[in-house]
Amino acid sequence: MTLHSQRAETYQQKPEVVERHDKTFFGVREKRDRMAKALPEWEDLRKAADQIKRHTVTHLADYLEQFERQATANGVHVHWAIDAAEYNQIVYDILSSHQVKKVVKSKSMLTEECHLNENLEQHGIEVVETDLGERILQMMKLAPSHIVMPALHVHREEIGDTFRQQGLMEHIGTSKDSGVSANPDDPNDPTYLTYVARMHLRQQFMEADAGMTGANFGIAETGDVVVCTNEGNADMSTSIPKLHIVSMGIEKLIPNYQAMGVFQRLLARCGTGQETTVYTSHFRGPRPGGEMHIVLVDNGRSQILGNPEHWQTLKCMRCGACMNTCPVYRRSAGYSYTYFIPGPIGINLGMLRDAKQYSDNVSACSLCCSCDNVCPVKVDLSTQIYRWRQQLDSLGKASPMKKAMSQGMTFLFKHPAVYHGAVWISPVVNWLPAPLIQQKLNPWAYAHQMMKFPQKSFHELWNKELKNEK
Amino acid sequence: MSNTKETILSRLRDNVRETYDMPDLGALPPITYADPVAEFKQRTTTTAGAHLIEMVSDGDLNEAIRQAYPDAKIIASNLPGVEAQLNPDTATVAELERVDVGVIEGKIGVAENACVWIPQQMKEKAICFASQQLVIVLREADIVNNMHEAYARIASTPSYFEPYKFGTFICGPSKTADIESALVYGAQAARGVTIVTLRDKDGKLPNTSYQVH
Repeated sequence: MTLHSQRAETYQQKPEVVERHDKTFFGVREKRDRMAKALPEWEDLRKAADQIKRHTVTHLADYLEQFERQATANGVHVHWAIDAAEYNQIVYDILSSHQVKKVVKSKSMLTEECHLNENLEQHGIEVVETDLGERILQMMKLAPSHIVMPALHVHREEIGDTFRQQGLMEHIGTSKDSGVSANPDDPNDPTYLTYVARMHLRQQFMEADAGMTGANFGIAETGDVVVCTNEGNADMSTSIPKLHIVSMGIEKLIPNYQAMGVFQRLLARCGTGQETTVYTSHFRGPRPGGEMHIVLVDNGRSQILGNPEHWQTLKCMRCGACMNTCPVYRRSAGYSYTYFIPGPIGINLGMLRDAKQYSDNVSACSLCCSCDNVCPVKVDLSTQIYRWRQQLDSLGKASPMKKAMSQGMTFLFKHPAVYHGAVWISPVVNWLPAPLIQQKLNPWAYAHQMMKFPQKSFHELWNKELKNEK
Repeated sequence: MSNTKETILSRLRDNVRETYDMPDLGALPPITYADPVAEFKQRTTTTAGAHLIEMVSDGDLNEAIRQAYPDAKIIASNLPGVEAQLNPDTATVAELERVDVGVIEGKIGVAENACVWIPQQMKEKAICFASQQLVIVLREADIVNNMHEAYARIASTPSYFEPYKFGTFICGPSKTADIESALVYGAQAARGVTIVTLRDKDGKLPNTSYQVH
């Protein structure tokens, strides 16, 4: 049994939690559908996005050089990192040369990928996540369970308790006292808890010496870094501290503003089912009297480009639509996966990171192909998962039971006499005592009733009918 | 470091097997509206969650702001004629963090999603995000159909990034749904936004900068 199956099984112990998770994310998927249907040009947009990304990633070296030239001309310092270690070192060097003690940071999957926070904290630099969901998880010492809506699996009671333990309500009072709650009788009213976090984070922005953001897009023609948020936390993080560090995966580049129009229109519609994020911010240079750094991170991406079966993962813009639609993700949730990015894209990115370490996730797919149909840049997600499965045996990761079954089946199908004999005798199984059948060792009876073998096989019925016809 | 750059670039060049052309984006037919201004206003007050004040261009903006925010103690703005206690060209970030109402100018409104393009035209952009309430003044003549039109206009207007190298699209107040998917306004940035649309007195769209009395 894979780690994903084991963890998913544990998750199923609370059906009400599973149902809620499933409904939450399917709700986002339905919002996406409404957005898609409202635009007559939807499929043209997806096609354009796919083509722009294909073009950009296959001309990436040229675009990166252009981007660096433009950004440098705009007064931005551009750095290059081949891997996570070099990236972490570059960021630390920038921060330490500015005597930074505290960093406010907006959400960035790249920093998760490189374990930046842990690294900086080891050097004594405090890192404050400013996306509300990420901040909640940071306080609870939990990892994100989704790349766009990282904390939707946490319930309001847990969030309220965490905030109270951290003393965040001290100057605000209870839900009832605060005067901001939508429902003052709920001590964990979401409006109240958001206000509590707002006041807490405001203080963090004022105290921080540096702001860090990710990058949703980099525009080669102008050197812009584009960051999209709903909360405005990336903007707060870069409007108050004077030092801004951008962490950008090299595949985030697009050629120009024309292309930007396509992606801005797709990102929020696909990701959260909104027409737009509240903020779409273009950072072209440092603040007056400030400094801006962009760290371009490879960390395996240039090698993925050379992989004929999987290079198209480089088109991904991390919208999360494939997770929201995935029936396995919705019912097993983020922590069942062993790679930090869950869902269809995470299965593939994990395998590209380390196929031996992350192979437990490739079974977390029913090959329903729904992800392929929602992906705004047309990554062939399910096909790629299928391809990984074909390689499991060569990785030494094939399930022994499935392997034995395949070998058994191969034998049966190659020997018709044995096959017909087995089919003829199979109804006997119906009469075996239930404890022998309804048990974990029998995958046909696991988590559902054992099927009944028919008294007459299809072949028998078919041959009989043929005779009757004659 | 330059070594790293060369390594990354050469790997990228070596690993490309097949190249693809940039598509002709002119062939994409984006959505347009019979009345983009009406679409913009409708989305502003619904999906964007903002307030709307429709004004003729010789209306009294200061009076409109006072009526909309009667309790505001600190108003910040650098727009000519707007009565304000703080100016983002001269105020510190710490002062701007305490602003009740920030008044700024939008240069493009987008009908398809109620975004307003706000190039940084003040020294401290903190006014755009840290203000508790944000008032954005926008000429109706500057409302376009969709993001493609908006980006085409930005690409052809380099002055939007001079002298300050930042611009942002804002669509209503700061929002979050991170706690149990409950939509809450006022996560980190503005808790509320009012869009003031300006139109000429005789119904014609003004093509010069608005005036305030």
